[in-house]
Amino acid sequence: MTAYTPPTGKQLGLVIDLDTCVGCHACAVNCKEWNTGGHSAPLPDRDPYGADPTGVWFNRIHTFEAGEGATSRTVHFPKSCLHCAEPLCVEVCPTGASYKRVEDGIVLVNADTCIGCKLCSWACPYGAREFDDDDGVMKKCTLCVDKIYNETLPEADRVPACVSTCPASARHFGDLGDPDSAVSKLVADRGGYELMPELGYKPTNRYLPPRESKAKAGCTGAPAALETRIDPDALHPVLRWVDRILSR
Amino acid sequence: MHPAFSVIFFTTASGAGYGLLALLGFGNALGLVPAAGWFGFWSLGLALVLIAGGLIASTAHLGHPERAWRAFSQFRTSWLSREGVAAVSTFVPFAVFGIGWVFFAKTEGVWALPGLAAAVGGGITVFTTAMIYRSLKPIHQWHNAHVVPVYLALALATGALLLNALVHLWGHAQPAIGYLALAACALAAWLKHRYWRFIDTTKAVSTPETATGLGARGKVRLLESPHQVDNYLMREMGFRVARKHAFKLRRIALAALFAAPMTLTLLTVLAPVGAGTALLTILAALSAALGVGVERWLFFAEAKHTVTLYYGATDA
Repeated sequence: MTAYTPPTGKQLGLVIDLDTCVGCHACAVNCKEWNTGGHSAPLPDRDPYGADPTGVWFNRIHTFEAGEGATSRTVHFPKSCLHCAEPLCVEVCPTGASYKRVEDGIVLVNADTCIGCKLCSWACPYGAREFDDDDGVMKKCTLCVDKIYNETLPEADRVPACVSTCPASARHFGDLGDPDSAVSKLVADRGGYELMPELGYKPTNRYLPPRESKAKAGCTGAPAALETRIDPDALHPVLRWVDRILSR
Repeated sequence: MHPAFSVIFFTTASGAGYGLLALLGFGNALGLVPAAGWFGFWSLGLALVLIAGGLIASTAHLGHPERAWRAFSQFRTSWLSREGVAAVSTFVPFAVFGIGWVFFAKTEGVWALPGLAAAVGGGITVFTTAMIYRSLKPIHQWHNAHVVPVYLALALATGALLLNALVHLWGHAQPAIGYLALAACALAAWLKHRYWRFIDTTKAVSTPETATGLGARGKVRLLESPHQVDNYLMREMGFRVARKHAFKLRRIALAALFAAPMTLTLLTVLAPVGAGTALLTILAALSAALGVGVERWLFFAEAKHTVTLYYGATDA
């Protein structure tokens, strides 16, 4: 129950690398799998094998085209809760069911006190919250709060499900409130940015921009053109003789 | 934004109810409304039905209506919580005012004070309702300075039309109340016109480029949606209404909410008072009820949420 958003030092969140994301949706699938048995379980699915499947997902992967023509870039764009430092979703909640944890900055919903008014989903500019029609309460990304602190799991697995499953290592997890953490350094190195900074939500999650395309051969360090090389010893004796005559 | 029927009914009915309550409270203190007990019974009763009916309807869209009492707790930050507190608090002076007027025939002196308190409480409640929308930064058509004045003016205008009908039915018609209704309608029409001009000529600061942060590469467009069928976000936030329908509905709202009630009310002020004018005042109130319903439906249907920028919208 928090009426005010507490300032937090530790601020756990994700860094998503748009340069390496291949748009495979594995993060969304593993997220769904973990969380349908986790803190906010179950995540409903209506008509899952029918023509009109619908349900709650904490993670959705959009694909955008940025720019036009030959220089345009296809960018796969995973989006989940950004665990904002100024979460209007928490402020508008009339019951205190939506809250931001003081100890690590994770934004959660208490399903026992949520009245299902949906106002928090209206207040979120990013579309991070989805309503569960079966339970009548709002659901959202928990940053796998039931996994990252789970001491029954090997330490390497104590990261959100989306991070542990990403085959391209496009998702990184850590403390973005600590400027010396690996994720903060990654953000600094790669020019990581916030989504819709103009709205002032101060999202914790950061996105790493796609690197510049290496459209020309020289950009990769390879020779700009392939040179013709002839190994005289490998030639047929007649061709070797012709080569020797012509090379004079 | 998806226009939920229960929320449209709640905001318009309780708005009219609080407008009527405010006018009865102030009107009584100024001696503008009849002091008869039966007039108090029917007019305060109508205000009560509209307010309580609206509040009950508003709980219909909740996932857990039985937990609605919890919504009073976060008044320090949440305008929805403040609305709940203001609505319930207003019932206290409202009840004292009503009991004094209806059961003890006391409307003067200190007995007018709870009426004034209820009037102020009603105004505050409508203000908090409007602030729920006004405070939502992702919705450009709501997060602007025009929303609160429109809500307050429409509550006053619809309440004044109801009061004019009630005094006509009770045989206490007086031009002052008719002129008040006319002035309130004119004010609301002017404010609503300014609101529509604002949303027609401005756009949200956020764009697909700021939503994705990819604007440095040029224009950003959605290539593939995350899924093939609409999800909760698209159903709730991505409600679309064809522009031609929006303009038609705006004309209907203008005609039913302002033009017809103002014409009818002007007739009741100018014509000799009788059964005919009473009928006109009722028609004016009914027309406004239809009109304010259309106006509120449009308030939702024309509102665009920034989440749609992630789903193919080019602006919000």
